[in-house]
Order: sequence, then structure tokens, then C-alpha cells
Amino acid sequence: MNPMLTALARLLIFPGLLFAVPAAWFFLWVERKAVARMQERVGPPFMQPFWDFTKLLGKSTPPRPGIAGFIMRAWPLIAVGSAAGAVGLLPVLPLSGGFEGDLILLLALLELPSICIIAAGFSSRSIFGEIGSAREAALSVSYNIVFLLAIVSIAASQHTFRLEALAAMHPSFLTVLGIIAILICLPAKLHINPFSLPNAEQEIYSGPMTEYAGPELAMWELAHGLEWVAATGLVATLVAPHIALAWGTSLLAGGIFVVLSVAVVLLLSVLAAATARLAIDSSVRFYWQCTLIFAVLAISSALFVRFWL
Amino acid sequence: MNLWKRLMCTARRKSPWLFHMNSGSCNGCDIEIIAALSPRYDAEQLGVLLQGSPRHADILVVTGPVTNKAVNAVKTVYDQVCGPKAVVAIGSCPATTNVFIDSRTLDGPLDKHLPVDVYVPGCPPRPDAIIAGVVKAAVLLAERGSDAPQPTVAIATAEEVQP
Ligand code: SF4
Repeated sequence: MNPMLTALARLLIFPGLLFAVPAAWFFLWVERKAVARMQERVGPPFMQPFWDFTKLLGKSTPPRPGIAGFIMRAWPLIAVGSAAGAVGLLPVLPLSGGFEGDLILLLALLELPSICIIAAGFSSRSIFGEIGSAREAALSVSYNIVFLLAIVSIAASQHTFRLEALAAMHPSFLTVLGIIAILICLPAKLHINPFSLPNAEQEIYSGPMTEYAGPELAMWELAHGLEWVAATGLVATLVAPHIALAWGTSLLAGGIFVVLSVAVVLLLSVLAAATARLAIDSSVRFYWQCTLIFAVLAISSALFVRFWL
Repeated sequence: MNLWKRLMCTARRKSPWLFHMNSGSCNGCDIEIIAALSPRYDAEQLGVLLQGSPRHADILVVTGPVTNKAVNAVKTVYDQVCGPKAVVAIGSCPATTNVFIDSRTLDGPLDKHLPVDVYVPGCPPRPDAIIAGVVKAAVLLAERGSDAPQPTVAIATAEEVQP
């Protein structure tokens, strides 16, 4: 098939927008419902994230004159675009037409929403937004080292930066280590407890989102949901060489992908419900200590796998 | 177009987000609002969420008899809530100034300053009553639609407030 068409189909249909937007709402619902069940509540109805999104689209926004207002409106759109692009890159279906180095593009696209959040908080010029952005920046510097190290050491041991090859690899000690490291980073990446301090309510209002309203906020919610899909989907593709085994039937591969992603969402929600928010210094210290351990483990085993096996 | 309007109507009814504003209450009503969100009453099953920022909210939930110091804050926060919006007065204080009536430190009741949509009487009201009030406000929002003009209030200057 025409590679251009394949790329478009991946971006727009599966696992891109047509799949990812309902999946984003579904994952947001799973997260809220799981937290509610853990607290012995009934929790929101199934369609809740969709209703929230629709309602936000119909609300007015405060006037934002000039270039500053334009930039402020642009951030959520960039975040949605990059998160959707990251989902589109995931190697779920057979022969989906990846290219050498698409892992690096995926990492960049995964990082972009959090950079948008930092920029949005500062450009909203609200004091709470600025505090939230500063926290987000400090946090992202600390967890990203673990996150990148984990992925890079998996990739280096396989001699490739191609996602398709990584999805098809057989699990080893290094992969398990890498996946644990990625799972440790996800709560901070997705701003859930215990690392929810960039948007800590009761503390700094809504952090970087404080000044956003209506459709802009709807876009942020969507970007957040898409980040959930992309991040859990990345773990799902790394965890399951089964997806590659099931490549004979695309339907089965897609099914396994969805089931694994939901399992990761459930795991993270249970963690979020069971923990309380950590202060910024303890979160940063936690990630730096992780970094040290994982850096030594990951780099040494990557070298080992590369030169002796 | 009609379909979109109907969809929006349902969405507004099903997703009321609150911002809680204390205008000098004794904290009794505030505790009851929190109780309405707690596991026993669980307002989230109706889509109710307490938001951190007034910009995100649909319904402004006000407690307290509006003290002189709080007048400007109440008006500012009301204007920060983006339309379509509704105001729910929780407790007898914002409705009548309650036991604080005739106090010289008050400038209440609330409807002197804001267009109040739903009153939830009680001192303090029960959490079920608060949830019922919020749901009523959400239905009002849905019925009113986005065409209705949203009144804004004029903010008094500092001299007017502090004699
Ligand atoms: S209505 Fe009663 S409980 Fe509520 S703020 Fe007033 S005095 Fe306190």
C-alpha cells in the first residue's frame, strides 16, 4: 500500500484519532471509576468524560486580546496534536509502516504535551499557573531521565530505534527492568497521585490550567486523555510480544492492545487512589534516586546484552 | 443544529462543575458541601465535580451571609465563572443573613449582589438537599441554553465597601 496512505490511516483511524478519542474518554472514565470504587463510591456514569467534553465546548471563554491570547489558545491545540501523533505511531497492527528512528519521534511527541503545559501556565500569567508550571518543569526534568534511560537502554540492546522491531522483541531481564522503570514514571507523566502536584487542587487552584475555560479546557482534557492512551499503549506494545505473534489476525492484535492498555490504566488508578500527594522535594528526590539505581542497572545490562550476548 | 442543541442540553444537565465560594460562613455549610462529595453521598455519580478554578465551573456555590470584606470577592469570582452559569446559595445565611441579621459587618443577603438561581435553606442544609439544589441548577442551565443573556455584576469600589 502507499506508505503515505498507511501513515494517514494510522494517524486518523487506528490507532489514531478515530480510535484514540473514544479510547481517551474511556480511559478517563476507567480511571475515575476505579478511584471511586476504591473509595467505596459509585463513581461517574460511563459517558461522563464525553458529557464533560461536550459541555466545555459549549461554554464561553474570557476575552483574550492580542498575541498573548493567541499563544494561550494555541497551546492546548499543539498538545492535542502531538498526543494524537504519538498514539498514531504506536505499532499495533502488522506491517503498519514504521520507519527507522520512529521511537525518537514518539518520545518527542510524548514529551510535547508537558512542555505545552509548562508554557501555558507561564503564558496565562496567573500566579497559580506559574507555580504549577514551575513544579511541572522540576518534575519533568527528574522523571524524564529515568524514562528516557529505560527506553534507550531497551532500544540499544536491540540495536534499533524502530518501534516495530521493539514490539516484536522477546522479553528479557532488561525489558522487564525497562518496563518497570517506565511504569514508575507514568504517574508523574500523567499527573496522577502521588505525583499530582502540578495541578494540585486545594493548594494552587488548578495549576497551569487555572485561567483556561470552555473549549480550551476541553482540548486540555482531550490531550490528557490522549496522553493516557499513548503512554499506556507504549507499555502495552513493549510488554506484549504476543501482539507480534497475533499479527496474523489484526483484530486479535488490536484486542490484546486494548486489553493490556486498560490493565495498565487500572494499575495506575489503583496506585492513584491508594496514595496521597507528595511534596515537590520528595517527588524530585524519589525520581533522582530511581535514576541512580536504574542508570547503573540499565546501562550496564544494555552494554552486557550488546557486547557479550 | 437542533441535534447539537439537544446534545448540549443533555451535557449541561449531566456535568455540573462547582466552584465553592465562602463569603464569611461559619464553616457549617462548607463541611456539608464536602460531605455531599464524600463516599456516603457521592455526588460524582451525577457528574458533579468540585473544581479548583472558577474558570472551570458552571455553578457557583456560595455559602455565608456576605460580609463587607467579601462583597468584592464574590462579585469578582462570579464574573470569572464563564457562561452559561448559575448561582446556588447554600444555607440560610446567603438567603436571609440568618442569625447574623442586622450586623454592621454584613452587606447581605446574597441576592443584593448576584442573581441567585437556587436557594437551599437550612442551617446547615443536609447533603442530600445540597445535591438536589445543584441538580436543580444544572437543569436550569440546560433549559436556559446559551442564548439567554448572562448578567454581569458591577464591582463596587473599595471606598463603597469600607466606610
Ligand atoms: S446557614 Fe448556618 S451553618 Fe450555614 S453558614 Fe450560616 S450559620 Fe453557618
